[in-house]
Amino acid sequence: MAKMTYIKAITSGLDQVLTDDPKTLIFGEDVGKNGGVFRTTVDLQDKHGEDRVFDTPLAESGILGLAIGLSLTGWRPIPEIQFMGFTFEAMDGIVGQLARDHYRFGGQKNFPVTIRTPFGGGTHTAEMHADNLENYFVSTPGLRVVTPSNPYDAKGLVISAVESDDPVLFMENLKLYRSMKDEVPDDKYTVPLDSAKVVREGSDITLVAYSAEVNEALTAADALAKDNISAEVIDLRSLSPIDTDTIFASIDKTHKVVVIQEAQRMAGVGAVVASDIAEEKIMSLDAPIGRVAAPDSVYPFAQAENDWIPNADDIEAKAREIYNY
Amino acid sequence: MANGSKQIVDFAKIKATMADPYKHPVQVIDREGKVVDPDTLAKYSDDQLVDLMKKMVWERTLHEQTMNFSRQGRLGFYAPTAGEEASEMGSVTAFKEQDYLLPAYRDLPQMIQHGTTVAKGFLWSKGHVEGNQHENPNMMFPQIIIGAQYVETAGVALGIKKNGDEDRVAFAYTGDGGTSQGDWYEGVNFTSAYQAPAVFFVQNNGWAISVPRKKQTAAETLAQKAVAMGVPSVQVDGMDIVAVHEVSKAAREFAAAGNGPVVIETLTYRYGAHSSAGDDPSRYRTKEEEKPWFDADPLVRLRKVLTDKGVWSQDQEDKLVDGYKDEFKQAMKEAEAAPAQKVSDFLKWTYNVPTPAVKKQIAEFEAKESK
Repeated sequence: MAKMTYIKAITSGLDQVLTDDPKTLIFGEDVGKNGGVFRTTVDLQDKHGEDRVFDTPLAESGILGLAIGLSLTGWRPIPEIQFMGFTFEAMDGIVGQLARDHYRFGGQKNFPVTIRTPFGGGTHTAEMHADNLENYFVSTPGLRVVTPSNPYDAKGLVISAVESDDPVLFMENLKLYRSMKDEVPDDKYTVPLDSAKVVREGSDITLVAYSAEVNEALTAADALAKDNISAEVIDLRSLSPIDTDTIFASIDKTHKVVVIQEAQRMAGVGAVVASDIAEEKIMSLDAPIGRVAAPDSVYPFAQAENDWIPNADDIEAKAREIYNY
Repeated sequence: MANGSKQIVDFAKIKATMADPYKHPVQVIDREGKVVDPDTLAKYSDDQLVDLMKKMVWERTLHEQTMNFSRQGRLGFYAPTAGEEASEMGSVTAFKEQDYLLPAYRDLPQMIQHGTTVAKGFLWSKGHVEGNQHENPNMMFPQIIIGAQYVETAGVALGIKKNGDEDRVAFAYTGDGGTSQGDWYEGVNFTSAYQAPAVFFVQNNGWAISVPRKKQTAAETLAQKAVAMGVPSVQVDGMDIVAVHEVSKAAREFAAAGNGPVVIETLTYRYGAHSSAGDDPSRYRTKEEEKPWFDADPLVRLRKVLTDKGVWSQDQEDKLVDGYKDEFKQAMKEAEAAPAQKVSDFLKWTYNVPTPAVKKQIAEFEAKESK
C-alpha cells in the first residue's frame, strides 16, 4: 500500500496491464516520451518500450481507427483522447464504429478497446477541455462508460476496463488528478465495471453522484449531519450501465433522493437515473426526485466556473428542500 | 501579376504543374483493344489472361443477376458495379488470402473473391447478420461510413507490422467522393507515419452519387493527394484489367517489403445508378458523357485481345454466363433459407458481457420469441 494521487493510481493501473498482457498498447498524442500532457503515462514508454507505448499523429479519428484496426489484428488498445472535448473528432470511431462492431459481426469478434480521456471543471482550462460529454456516450449501445471519483477506484477501474472485452470509455476527472491521496494497493486488484458504491451510509436521504460531484455530495452530507439529517451518498462509478440495484436499495431505506451531476441539466445521466427511479421506485418515494445539475448554457468561460459548476452548497440546499418536502 | 512585379514564389507555375507526375494513367491495353505495353502483357500466360477475363464475366453476370433480384424485391441495398470489373477484379486478384480487406459498400465482388460467398453477399444486402460472417476472417464488412475503412486500415496495417507478419498487407477501397473525407487523409497519413503495409484504392468513377469529381476538389488527379502524406501513388486506367492487376501487384510487393503504403487511383466508370435505392443517373449525367465510357468497356477490351489470340469465344463466354447465373440463383435460395433473426440475439451481441438492463431485455425477448 502507498498513498497515491488519482493520477498516480491510473499510471499504476496502466503499468500493471502493460506488464500483465503483452498485447496491450497505449497510444495517443504526447503519451510516449512526454508521458502525457498530465504525466498519466509517465515513464511507461521507458519501461515497456516504444512498441507498446507510442505517440500518434494529431488526429482523433485516426486514433480511433488505429484502435479498431489493431483490435482486428489481435491487440488490446488503450488509446488516449487528450481532452474529452476532442472526442467529437472521433465520434464516428467511438459511436458509429467501435461500439457497434461486436454486434455487427454477430458476436464473432471482440473489440477490447479502452479509451482514456480527461474531463471536468474547476481547473480553469481553455475552451472544450472540461466539458462533461458523457451523455453522448451513455446513450450508445455497446459502449461501457466508467468514471472514478477517487484513487482506489481509479486504479481498479482502469484495470477492469482494459481487461474487459467490451469497449470502455474511461473518463478521468482533471480536478481530481492531484487534489486527493488515498491508500492504493501496489498489487493488482479490480473494481467491477457495472457497480455503484455506497461511499457514506445514511438513513434520511440518498444522494446519487459521480466523479468530482461525489466529493461535493460528501461535503454536503457533513453539513446536513449537523442538523441530524443523515444522507447516504452513492458514487455511481459506472455511467453505462447504471447500477440501479444499489440506488433502489438505498431508496427503500431513505425514501428520498437527489441526483447530482456536473453536466448541464439537459445532458443526461441524471435524467436517466431519475427516470429509472420513477419507473421502479415511485411508490417508495416520500418526495419528488431532486436534481442538481449545471445550467443549460455552454460550458462556462474559465473565470466563471465557480458560479456555474454545481457545488456542495447547491447539493445541500436541494437535499434540504427534498428532505423537508 | 497586374503590376508585373516578380514574386518570390511562382505559385501559378506550381499550380499548373503539380499534377504532372500523376496524370499519366498506366495502361497496357488501350480503348480499342490494342496492346500498348507488350512487355507487360508478355508476362501473362494465356491461362492467366483467360482467368482475369472469367473474373470480369463473373462480376458482370453477378451485377446483372443482382439487379434482377433487386427488381424482384429479393434484395435490399445494392450498389451497382458494372463498368468497374477491371478495377475491382484486377486489384483484388493481386492480393493473398492472408491480406486484410477493408471494403466499402460497392465492394461486394472483391469480398466474394477474397473469401466470402455470394450467398453471404446477398445476406448483407438483405440486412442479415450472416452477411457479415465470412469464411476468411481477414475481412471487415462493407463500410457504409465513407472514409472509416481508411482509418481502420491504418490500424490493421500497424497490427500486421507489430505482429511481425512478413507477407501480409491491408488493402482498402473508397470512391472519388471518399477522398474528400478527413478520414481519407488521416488513414493514409497514419499508415505512412508508421510505415505500415497497406494499399489504398480510390475507384474514381467520376461521380459521388450526383456530384461530379471536379466538384470534390480542384486537384487534377486524386492520386496526387498522396503527396501530402509522403506516399507514392499512381493513376491507372481502371478499364484495363491487366494494367490494374500489374500495378496492384507492384503496390502489394512494395508495401509488404516494409516501404509503407501506396495509393492507387483507378479511372473507371459506373454504368448503372449509384445504388438500388432510387438513384437515377439520367438526372445528372448525359448520354454524351456516358458513351465513351461504355465504348471503353473493360470486358470488350480484354475480349478483343483474347479473341485475337484465339483463346476466347462468344460460345465459351455464353456457357460461362449460364453457369454463373445458376450459381447465383442457388446462392439466392441459400440466402433466402437463412434463419430469421432474433432480437434476443441482437441484445446478446451488443456487449460481450451483457449489462443488467440488457440481460433483462434478453429475457423479455426470449419469452416473446418462444411463443
